[in-house]
Amino acid sequence: MSSAALPSATLAHAAIVAELRESLKKVAGDGLRRRPVLPFGIGAIDGALAPGGLRLDSLHEIAAASPSPSDDAAATLFMAGIAARAWGPVLWVVRRRDLFAPGLYQAGLAPERLIYAEAADDAELLALMEEGLRHRGLGAVVGEVKRAAMPNTRRLQLAAEGGKTVALLLKRHARAASDKGGGNPLAVPSAAVTRWRIASAPSAALPIGVAGVGRAMWRVELVRQRGGESAEWTMEACDETGRLALPARLADRTDRTADGAGRAYRRAA
Amino acid sequence: MRNTRGVPSSPPSHPRRHPGLVPGSTAQKYLSRELKSGPRHKAGVTEGGISGEAPAPLVTTLQQGNKLVIAAASPAARALGIIPGMAATQARALVPELDIRPADPEGDRAALRDLALRAARRWCPLVAISGEDGLFLDITGTAHLFGGEARMARGIVRLLARAGFTARLAVADTPGAAWALARYAPQLCAPAAHFDAIAPLPTAALRLEPRAIDLLKRLGVDTVGQLAALPRAPLARRFGGRLIARLDQASGRLPEPLDPVIPPEAIAVIQRFAEPIATADAIDHWLKELMPRLVTALAQAGLGARAIELVADRIDGVPQRLRIGLARPTRDAGHLLRLTLRRIEEIAPGYGIDALTLHVRRADPLGAEPFTETLEARAPDLAPLIDTLANRIGEAAVWRMAPLESDVPERALHAVPALDPPPAAERDLKASDVRRLDARAPDHPWHIRWPRPPRLLRRPELLDHVIAELPDQPPRRFTWRGETHRIVRADGPERIGGEWWKRSSERHSVRDYFQVENEAGQRFWLFRRGDGERSETGDLSWFIHGSFG
Repeated sequence: MSSAALPSATLAHAAIVAELRESLKKVAGDGLRRRPVLPFGIGAIDGALAPGGLRLDSLHEIAAASPSPSDDAAATLFMAGIAARAWGPVLWVVRRRDLFAPGLYQAGLAPERLIYAEAADDAELLALMEEGLRHRGLGAVVGEVKRAAMPNTRRLQLAAEGGKTVALLLKRHARAASDKGGGNPLAVPSAAVTRWRIASAPSAALPIGVAGVGRAMWRVELVRQRGGESAEWTMEACDETGRLALPARLADRTDRTADGAGRAYRRAA
Repeated sequence: MRNTRGVPSSPPSHPRRHPGLVPGSTAQKYLSRELKSGPRHKAGVTEGGISGEAPAPLVTTLQQGNKLVIAAASPAARALGIIPGMAATQARALVPELDIRPADPEGDRAALRDLALRAARRWCPLVAISGEDGLFLDITGTAHLFGGEARMARGIVRLLARAGFTARLAVADTPGAAWALARYAPQLCAPAAHFDAIAPLPTAALRLEPRAIDLLKRLGVDTVGQLAALPRAPLARRFGGRLIARLDQASGRLPEPLDPVIPPEAIAVIQRFAEPIATADAIDHWLKELMPRLVTALAQAGLGARAIELVADRIDGVPQRLRIGLARPTRDAGHLLRLTLRRIEEIAPGYGIDALTLHVRRADPLGAEPFTETLEARAPDLAPLIDTLANRIGEAAVWRMAPLESDVPERALHAVPALDPPPAAERDLKASDVRRLDARAPDHPWHIRWPRPPRLLRRPELLDHVIAELPDQPPRRFTWRGETHRIVRADGPERIGGEWWKRSSERHSVRDYFQVENEAGQRFWLFRRGDGERSETGDLSWFIHGSFG
């Protein structure tokens, strides 16, 4: 008797388990539901990111590895490249008017897509970013702050949820006197889904006998991410469509000829 | 000295009085303004004992067929014998130092209409435009408000003179008589005396066609009085009904309705309260009531709001004002409401608010909006976002960058309003144009071939202790902000010449830009003033202008 009852009981259990899984998915959300992502198009990075790319409906924090202008420029271009690959217009909220549009254009961010807004202080800047995220018609919202506390970043994250706008927050280095993170802007707790640290690295080597600067390289460090491990890569900087690349010797050797030709052309011009 | 041209007139009788007001033609307005503030120099020729400083003779010209004719002349020019209608070449031959400028008939008409609107707001409700250079004011029942006809007339002329208009004015019972008197014998004519006043005037004073005037002259009829004495029936047979009609309009036997200008009324909706309100909830509630009414009013006028103002009248008489600007004309009640509601907290209700008013401060035409249903997703409308941002941080703090034609980095871009339409595509080249041989699309002015940093220093910073070979080698080392950098790789130079067509001091100047990288992998954008060979191109000092990532 018990042998006859067993299959039906197992079936019933299976149905209950499936039902429970369904309701769990609804409750837990994260990780189980499919969310819109923006892949980097590089297996190494996309594989390390839990959802397979940058989640579009979330906040991501980026910081330069040091206050030096070169690292700052690398972090700026990293954000510009992500924004360039997003789908729509981009709102960039600044505190100072020092962005140089031609440089951003060369990372793939065309001037027609980019709207600038200048905020008087960090609080206003975060409010403007939130405004942009709630509009839902933007592909990316970028902001530059010195300080953003946990409640601020949580507000941004909540504003981004449910949309398709990627929120990028550049954490700039505060002056030593007012610095709470001990020289690391990413040390402050934050609701951001991923946190990145970008530094410029010596450029790619050119063939012997050729003078000049090769393709710019960055050290890209994924410091933290929700639901995943941290990681670090040395990558080729954004090209004019905003795409990063792995150095040719790691990826595919045949790439090298094509890429090398491109560099030579640029130098010759 | 006599005024150049005149203005109207009017007459008398009890019920209706028409001062025709003819400000000097607006071309003359232009002239008289110029004469007041323009450059003055001694007129070479003087007449009638005018001596000393005289305004330069000034005329405006109009293209007529193949020739330029004088449209209007200043008093100084008229004194030299230049009259409107003369060829410009002839005038220039007469007076070589003549100041000749193009006439602007459109602008003149607009200025006259503007003047009519002001007159309608200030002196009397019924103001009509008469021809190119005159106004009719129906002052029936309003003259006593300004101290009687004589004082009112003086006041009008004085006010116009202050605004730069030369005006002649007459008051008469009928528009026809006022028109005639203003142009031929300015006077304030007593009630019922208007026809006697115009009797000695030439027949042209009746606004007749030139052909009729010619014919009357040949028949020996020179004045209005002679014309009125003729039997009417043969006159009507000979000249048609129009001449009789003009005569009757001047005498008052035939009515002459005026076509008044209507001052546009500002759109506003108001809500008064029996009991003052003071809470945010109440303001919120009433704004939600008011906004649809405002939007309905805008839709009826075919307008979209560009700026609206919420005025909350407090019972202590201190109005609270909230101004909301819009990047694009709109009458979307939801959007306007969102912008307004979020600023309610700025209203200080004090002891209470007894009226809320929404004023449209600026509006642009906005037609009906087409509904389009398409399957593909459309670009999202950014106007609501821009409005929200601009109302929060000010219009100047939201912008977009657009390329400019310039090789000097800091001049290669300029800020444009965030919603400006993209520039129109370039015109198609002719089929035979030589540039068609180049089939490539033109390079974007910010092409990657000329690398630019993502951030630019506010102004280039001077470098110290630079070691570099001349003439065009990159530096080996330099010190910036107290830190010494040893260069291991460099690209360059990219030579950028000065824009001599903008500033003569840049005629020879040259900047040589280098992209350099130090041992740590930091990349900088440096330039040297001068090409290293000719000293006039620069002093060979080195600057940093930005950093590459």
